Amino acid sequence: MIRLENVYKTYPDGTEAVKDLNLEISKGEFCVFLGPSGCGKTTSMKMINRLISLTSGKIYVDDKDIMSFNPNELRRNIGYAIQNIGLFPHLTVWENIATVPMLKKWSKQKQLDRAEELLELVGMDPSVFMYRYPSELSGGQQQRVGVARSLGADPDILLMDEPFGAIDPITRSKLQDEFLKIQAKIKKTIAFVTHDIEEAIKMGDKIALMKAGRLVQYDDPATLLTYPKDEFVRNFVGADRVLKGLRLYKAKDVMKEPPVTVKIDEDPARVKKRMEESNTKWSMVTDEKDRFIGWIASDDIKGSKSIKEIYKPPTVTAGPDTPLNEALSMMINSTIGTLAILDEDGKMLGVLSFDIIRDMLGQEESEQQKETKASGEKS
Amino acid sequence: MRRYVILFTLLVLFVGVTIWMTAIQQVGMFKMFPPGKVVRETIKHLQIVGAAEAIAIGIGVPVGFIATRRAMRFVSPVLVGIANVGQTVPTLAFIGIAGAVLGMGYRAAVVALFIYAMLPIIRNTYAGINSVDPAVKEAAQGMGMSRAQVTWRVELPLARPVIIAGIRTSTVVNVGTAAVAGMIGAGGLGELIVTGIAVRVTQLTVQGAAPTAALAIILDSLLGEVENVLTPRGLKVMKEKQWQQ
Ligand SMILES: Nc1ncnc2c1ncn2[C@@H]1O[C@H](COP(=O)(O)OP(=O)(O)O)[C@@H](O)[C@H]1O
Ligand SMILES: [Mg+2]
Repeated sequence: MIRLENVYKTYPDGTEAVKDLNLEISKGEFCVFLGPSGCGKTTSMKMINRLISLTSGKIYVDDKDIMSFNPNELRRNIGYAIQNIGLFPHLTVWENIATVPMLKKWSKQKQLDRAEELLELVGMDPSVFMYRYPSELSGGQQQRVGVARSLGADPDILLMDEPFGAIDPITRSKLQDEFLKIQAKIKKTIAFVTHDIEEAIKMGDKIALMKAGRLVQYDDPATLLTYPKDEFVRNFVGADRVLKGLRLYKAKDVMKEPPVTVKIDEDPARVKKRMEESNTKWSMVTDEKDRFIGWIASDDIKGSKSIKEIYKPPTVTAGPDTPLNEALSMMINSTIGTLAILDEDGKMLGVLSFDIIRDMLGQEESEQQKETKASGEKS
Repeated sequence: MRRYVILFTLLVLFVGVTIWMTAIQQVGMFKMFPPGKVVRETIKHLQIVGAAEAIAIGIGVPVGFIATRRAMRFVSPVLVGIANVGQTVPTLAFIGIAGAVLGMGYRAAVVALFIYAMLPIIRNTYAGINSVDPAVKEAAQGMGMSRAQVTWRVELPLARPVIIAGIRTSTVVNVGTAAVAGMIGAGGLGELIVTGIAVRVTQLTVQGAAPTAALAIILDSLLGEVENVLTPRGLKVMKEKQWQQ
C-alpha cells in the first residue's frame, strides 16, 4: 500500500513540479500516473523511493512514513525500472538481475537461483541468457531483463517509469501483455508512469491523471473514459474515448449466440429457408464435431446441392479474451462484418457484429445519462 | 598481431643500436659511455619515471574523480581547462621552471614530471567517470546502492579502461620528458643525450636516445596488456558489437 498525503515538490530553481498530491494505491493494485510531458509524473514516482526529496507532505508505504527508513534500505525493498533501463554493461545478465539480492547479501547460490527463476518469469531461457552481457541482447530482451531486475529481491512494491517506452510498438505491446500476465501472478503494488493513454487504459487498475503538478482525476480506466471530470480530461483521453473504452471489454463479455448455425451436411434448401425466416444474410457453418469452419451466404445457396461446395472459410476469427477494440478492427477488415468467437479447439462460442457492439455502447451511454441526470438532481 | 611484430622489430632495433653504440667504445677523442653506466642510467631513468608516475596516479585519479562530483560542478571546468592548457606548455619550459624554482637535480625533475604526467590522468579520469550513462547510475541508486557502492561497483569499473589509457599515455610521454630532465642534472638517460649534444658527438646522443625509445616501447606494451586485462569483459563485448555495426 502506498499513500501520498498533501505532497508538494518545488525544485531548487523554483519549479513547482507537484502540488498537493493526495492519492492511495491499495495493495496489489496497478496504478498508472498519466499526463502530458512535464506534468510531474516522474517526480511523484521518485518521491516514493526518496530519489527525490519531498518539499512538504507525507508518503506512507504500508502505513510507515518513508522518512523513517534509511533511503538505501527503502529502495532495496521497492523494485525500480526505468525507460532507459540502465542495465550494468560490465555485468552479466544474471549479475544484473541479482543486484538487489547481492546488496542484501544473499548467498551466491540463492542469487543464481533467483536470477534463473526471474529470467524464466520474463520469458527468457536461462541456459541461453544467464551469462550474456547486456550488449548482446535486443532492445526488447534488455527491457525484460530490466523488469526481471526490478523484481530481484521480490519487493512488494514496484516503481516503473515508462518501462516500455523506448521500444518498437509491436515488441512493446507484447511486453505489455506479458507483464500483465506476470502481474496477475505476482500481484505487486505498482506505480507506473506513462504519457500514453492507450498504455494506461490497457495496464492500469487505476489511472491518476495529472496536469501541471496536480492530480485531476483518479479513477479506474472505464470511469475515466466514460465520465471525464472536465474539459482537460476529455481532451486528454481524446475524442475517440468510446473506441478506446472498447479495449476494456473482452469478446466473451458481449458476444451473442448466432441466430442460425448450419451443419456441414445439412440440406441447402432447408438452410435457406431457415435463414430467410430469421432474416439473416450470413450464417456460421460447423463440421461434425461442432468446430467452426466458415460462413455461408443465403444468396449463394440457390440451387446448389451441398453446403460443402459453397461455404467460405473465415478470414479472421477471435478468441473469448480478444479485447473489443481488436475485435472491431478485425470486423472492419473482414468482408462480412461479423466475427466468430472460438475457443482453443475451434469450437464456436458466439459471434460479434457491429450491431452487438453498438447496442452495448448504447446501453453504456444511457446509463451515463441517467447518472448525470441523477447527480444533477441531487445538487 | 601485426602490431606486435612491428613493436618487437622496433625494440630489437633500438636495443641493437644501444649495444652497437656501446661497443664502438670511442669516437675520435671522445670515449663512449661504458656498459655499466648505460645500465645504471637506464635504471635511474626508470626510477624517475616510476616515482613521478606513482605520484601522478595517486593524485590525478582522485582529483579527476572529485571533479566529476556534483558539488564541484562550478570548479571542474576550470580544473579541466587547466589540465588541457597545461599539456600544451612545452616540456622544456616545464622542466626549466621546476629547475629554476626547486634547484637542479632529481627532486626538481620528479616534481616537474609528475605535474606534467598528472594532466592526462586527470583528464581521462574525469572523462571516463563522466561518460558513465546517467541511466545506469540512476538505476544503481534507485535499487539501493549507497554512494560508495555506486562509485566502486559501477562508476570505477566502467571508467577503468579510460583511466588506464590515460595512465598509459602519461607514462609513455613521461619516459620522453624524463630524458629532457637530463638538462637539469637529474641523471637518467637524458644525461647521455645532453652530454652528446654538448660535445657534438651524435653517437653519444644516440647511445642515450636509443634505450629511451626502447623503454617507451616496453612500457607502452606492458600497460596495453594491463589495460586489456582490467577492461571488464562486458565492455569488450560491447565494443566488438559496435564494430560489427
Ligand atoms: N531536477 C530538476 N530541477 C528542476 N526542475 C525539474 C527537475 N526535474 C524535473 N523538473 C521539472 O519539473 C516538472 C515535472 O517534471 P517530471 O516529473 O519529470 O515530469 P513528467 O515525468 O511528468 O514528464 C517539469 O516542469 C520539469 O521540467
Ligand atoms: Mg517522466
